[in-house]
Amino acid sequence: MHRLLENRNFLGFAFMLPAGVLLLLFLTYPLGLGTWLGFTDAKVGRSGEWIGLDNYIYLWGDAVARLSVFNTFFYTVVASVIKFALGLWLAILLNQNIPIKSFVRAAVLLPFIVPTALSAIAFWWIYDAQFSIISWTLVKLGWIDTYIDFLGQPWAARLSTIAANIWRGVPFVAICLLAGLQTISPSLYEAASIDGATPSQQFWYVTLPLLTPIIAVVMTFSVLFTFTDFQLIYVLTRGGPLNATHLMATLSFQRAISGGGLGEGAALATAMIPFLLAAILFSYFGLQRRAWQQGGGDK
Amino acid sequence: MAAVTLKGVFKSFGSTRVVHGVDIRIEDGEFCVLVGPSGCGKSTLLRMIAGLEEISGGEIEIGGRVVNKVPPKERDIAMVFQNYALYPHMTVFDNMAFSMKLAGESREKMRQRVEVAANILGLIEYLDRYPRQLSGGQRQRVAMGRAIVRDPQVFLFDEPLSNLDAKLRVQMRTEIKELHQRLTTTSIYVTHDQIEAMTMADKIVVMNDGKTEQIGTPLELYDNPANLFVAGFIGSPAMNFLNGKLIRSEAGMQVQMVDGLMLPAPTSAEQEGREVVVGVRPEHLLVRSDGVHAEVVVVEPTGADTQIFCKVGGTDVIAVVRERHQFKPGEAIRLYPELTFLFDPASGKRL
Ligand SMILES: Nc1ncnc2c1ncn2[C@@H]1O[C@H](COP(=O)(O)OP(=O)(O)OP(=O)(O)O)[C@@H](O)[C@H]1O
Ligand SMILES: [Mg+2]
Repeated sequence: MHRLLENRNFLGFAFMLPAGVLLLLFLTYPLGLGTWLGFTDAKVGRSGEWIGLDNYIYLWGDAVARLSVFNTFFYTVVASVIKFALGLWLAILLNQNIPIKSFVRAAVLLPFIVPTALSAIAFWWIYDAQFSIISWTLVKLGWIDTYIDFLGQPWAARLSTIAANIWRGVPFVAICLLAGLQTISPSLYEAASIDGATPSQQFWYVTLPLLTPIIAVVMTFSVLFTFTDFQLIYVLTRGGPLNATHLMATLSFQRAISGGGLGEGAALATAMIPFLLAAILFSYFGLQRRAWQQGGGDK
Repeated sequence: MAAVTLKGVFKSFGSTRVVHGVDIRIEDGEFCVLVGPSGCGKSTLLRMIAGLEEISGGEIEIGGRVVNKVPPKERDIAMVFQNYALYPHMTVFDNMAFSMKLAGESREKMRQRVEVAANILGLIEYLDRYPRQLSGGQRQRVAMGRAIVRDPQVFLFDEPLSNLDAKLRVQMRTEIKELHQRLTTTSIYVTHDQIEAMTMADKIVVMNDGKTEQIGTPLELYDNPANLFVAGFIGSPAMNFLNGKLIRSEAGMQVQMVDGLMLPAPTSAEQEGREVVVGVRPEHLLVRSDGVHAEVVVVEPTGADTQIFCKVGGTDVIAVVRERHQFKPGEAIRLYPELTFLFDPASGKRL
């Protein structure tokens, strides 16, 4: 017993056990159940039979499901790229010596702190066909004559939901990148400026490479959050108009809970997993593991 | 290569002034060391020469050109930072070649020049490594390599050795000195270590509180300190300071020490009766029966010589003697100052 308690492996295992059990219970079980349901024809109130890949085959032929896949990718790619660009720009701005810096930093975090449902409702109001403040302003400025139907037209709705997602996601990206920027020693920039680097060259050759590890982490999270976004769409459009803003997550929920087709919904949700895994692996192998961060002789 | 001239240079951060009107002329090819206690403004001065810090007033000339408004990259200088400031994501080669890459040099030329520098510094086999895979001393060399490759008019060093262990520091000191003899590029070297200053410099600038206290060759400063500060700063162990009084006797002007010992004082007669500070270097204190009374506190034999820590009338005094003595703590001995410097206690000026 005594010797067991001094064994590192055993101790490690013992300390991990509670966490492991919790993970198993609350993570693996629902995940397993969801995946399992995807292979059955379960409906609400009726446990299903194993039907193999039927759900997937059906979804593959379903135009709305395909549209939701397209929407999800469009939403994720456009929102993430813009969030990255805006976030990086904001981070660099905040990293300069500007007056009232701490106030600005706190203000930037605001969209991140507000509960999504609340900000979604705010956006719903902003995008309202009759009371939209944006339309009102533009009309007053004389730039347009009729109010914009932000959420009523497919492309307008897609872009509007993306804009809302960006507003919400930028602070996270900006603050994380700011933290990354602050780890870069100022003397590197001084050395670079003596070496003859212009500010843009300093950004390209010093800032960006040194920031890649944190960019990789932040953008992986950002992509994951965006890819699986649900609340914002659900409050703003419920997937409409004409399913134009349905993401895989919202459609899956609609099919499974509102529509009662548990198996089908679960299958659609399960179909998201490979994409998410791919995103994680890409960031892990592609960006994060750089030789210069590793010890030893690996290259 | 170029001479560097500072004329009435001062620097303020906001309302606090940290460098107060500094005038220095560093000749072409000279190795000049700025030395002084922590916070005296050495780094600030160096960074102004480099162009990393704006000049609040006065003029800095490099090679006869006023560079006050010239950006760092156009000053044709290279700087070695205390923390080396190596780009962690670049190999040693890329670190050293970075300035040439920015200048759009050919790969051929980059390789050639990096290899020349790497050969001088013994870095050839490390060119493919990343900085984190190097030891402190190797990183230090890479930082110097990066400067050498630029072939600048002036090298600037900001405490480049302070992150190294004592042995390596001595070794690198010699290497930098050798390098300078080989390249004969004007160099300005900042340190707070007076031994580094003494061993490396052609010219030492002793700074204190944002002002220059004295400028001269190492031996000038040692043999002829202009004031109390320089006298106490240069030399190790530091100079001893005792109180004394000037009096006139038949043998001319003399200084009377604490316990009545009279020493010749090379001063004019008007100074009679004046209180002075008598500075004696530890190596100028001899154990002799006609000296001042001292009480031994600790004796530290280093082999080559012996350091005797003692008290003379309440003042701590160190003597370094060549002979081997077996003094016991508490023992009364007599120390004779064979060479003294006299200072004015109020202004600190040499008399
Ligand atoms: N950016 C700054 N803002 C305000 N004060 C500063 C700034 N940089 C330096 N100082 C002040 O200027 C003075 C000189 O600083 P400096 O770094 O030149 O000292 P130093 O002689 O290099 O000291 P050390 O040997 O510790 O490096 C210090 O009192 C410091 O507090
Ligand atoms: Mg300094």
